[in-house]
Amino acid sequence: MTVAVPTTLDEAVRLFAAEPSAMLLAGGTDAMVEINDGHRRPGGLVIALNRVSDLRTWRHDAERRTLTIGAGVTYSELMQEPIATLAPALADASRTVGSPQIRNAGTLGGNLGTCSPAGDGLPVLSALGAQVRIVSAAGERAASVDDVMVGVKRTSLKPGEMIAEIVLPVLDGWQGYAKVGVRNAMVIAIASACLVVDTDARQLSIALGSVGPTIVRCPEAERQLAAAVDWAALSVPSDALDEFVGLVSSASRPITDHRSTADYRRHAVGVLAKRLARRAFTAGERRS
Amino acid sequence: MNNELFTLRVNGIDYEVSDSWLGESLLDVLRDRIGLMGSKGACTQGECGSCSVMVDDVLVCSCLVMGASAIDQNIITIEGVAPVGTPSDVQQAFVDAGAVQCGFCTPGLVMAVHDLLKRRGRPTETEIREELAGNVCRCTGYGRIVDAVERVSVQRRGNSQEESS
Repeated sequence: MTVAVPTTLDEAVRLFAAEPSAMLLAGGTDAMVEINDGHRRPGGLVIALNRVSDLRTWRHDAERRTLTIGAGVTYSELMQEPIATLAPALADASRTVGSPQIRNAGTLGGNLGTCSPAGDGLPVLSALGAQVRIVSAAGERAASVDDVMVGVKRTSLKPGEMIAEIVLPVLDGWQGYAKVGVRNAMVIAIASACLVVDTDARQLSIALGSVGPTIVRCPEAERQLAAAVDWAALSVPSDALDEFVGLVSSASRPITDHRSTADYRRHAVGVLAKRLARRAFTAGERRS
Repeated sequence: MNNELFTLRVNGIDYEVSDSWLGESLLDVLRDRIGLMGSKGACTQGECGSCSVMVDDVLVCSCLVMGASAIDQNIITIEGVAPVGTPSDVQQAFVDAGAVQCGFCTPGLVMAVHDLLKRRGRPTETEIREELAGNVCRCTGYGRIVDAVERVSVQRRGNSQEESS
């Protein structure tokens, strides 16, 4: 076994190309748990990515209205300004991750690379329609985050490919993330949801976590609520909200496991969706 | 390339590590290879915080750091916080407030409190509880730990006022 600690992305990509079966180690908050438990025992090359400086940066393009976040940016960094203002839902989600120790180590790229349906960053990336920049020795390609996530802990990344950056739109409009767990801190989501409102386009998107093999989008619920919103007043009739909750719950595909039951998850994710929609839009007022 | 022998800089001292499995956590390297027993291991999944250390000025769980990946980094453990016999203000406040019972969580908590007070000079009780959410204590019920943090916060503000006056 060998541990490589590259400091540039080129070096990391070269190492990975030479040994595509190598294990990528980002913040370690998922991988080390598996190694400590003996569920995973790397034998070949481990490439530690936490000191690749190219992956630890982010940039805001005010003209194109995009926020580009390096795969190695930690949750602690995502909670800080100005990222917290440019992508509020991502900051919201980051605040719910683990503890300060975990948020200092865990990264957005690692969250996507692990691709757990409970990954707190992932509903946000999906709801924002994030683009992923993927690099390998052969070059680079872009893919939508929904195309990268293909199953429980499975991505569409090919051997030798790594996540370099994640590109998000900077939008006008309310956005937020909420999750349910057995306690307030240090908890894996039983159900989670992210709502993003784009007031310019008069559109909204909602993505659900922990209620399917990957993050679940709800196109029907999105269309229904967007059509019901009074975009001038940013309000929504309460019966439309109830219909929205029903559509969100029926879009979810939860299972029963050691953490919760499918029925509870289906119910909880609807409650979360309603809570988020209430925060985004003044509810209860009928259009006169 | 082979790095079965690597060097870690812990509390300002370089330690050669030659007999570890490279996948081992920093916690195991610290305790079993280097012999620094201050950092505790309980959950080995980042939930309890008893293994908290600083790596390049960032508070992390050493059980979630691959030891061999921490080369060329500045690692500070509880042993590096203050020399034996001359406790830091945080350590002394833990004693004074009765925040130590069985003591197992204390090293990790002291690391976390030093980090917390470096970032927030005047934390509210809610902030203290949120910031210490990654450090589990099964004895104290946390009340006296919060008390200890508040004592240090007040004490440090008093000291800095004296300096400025």
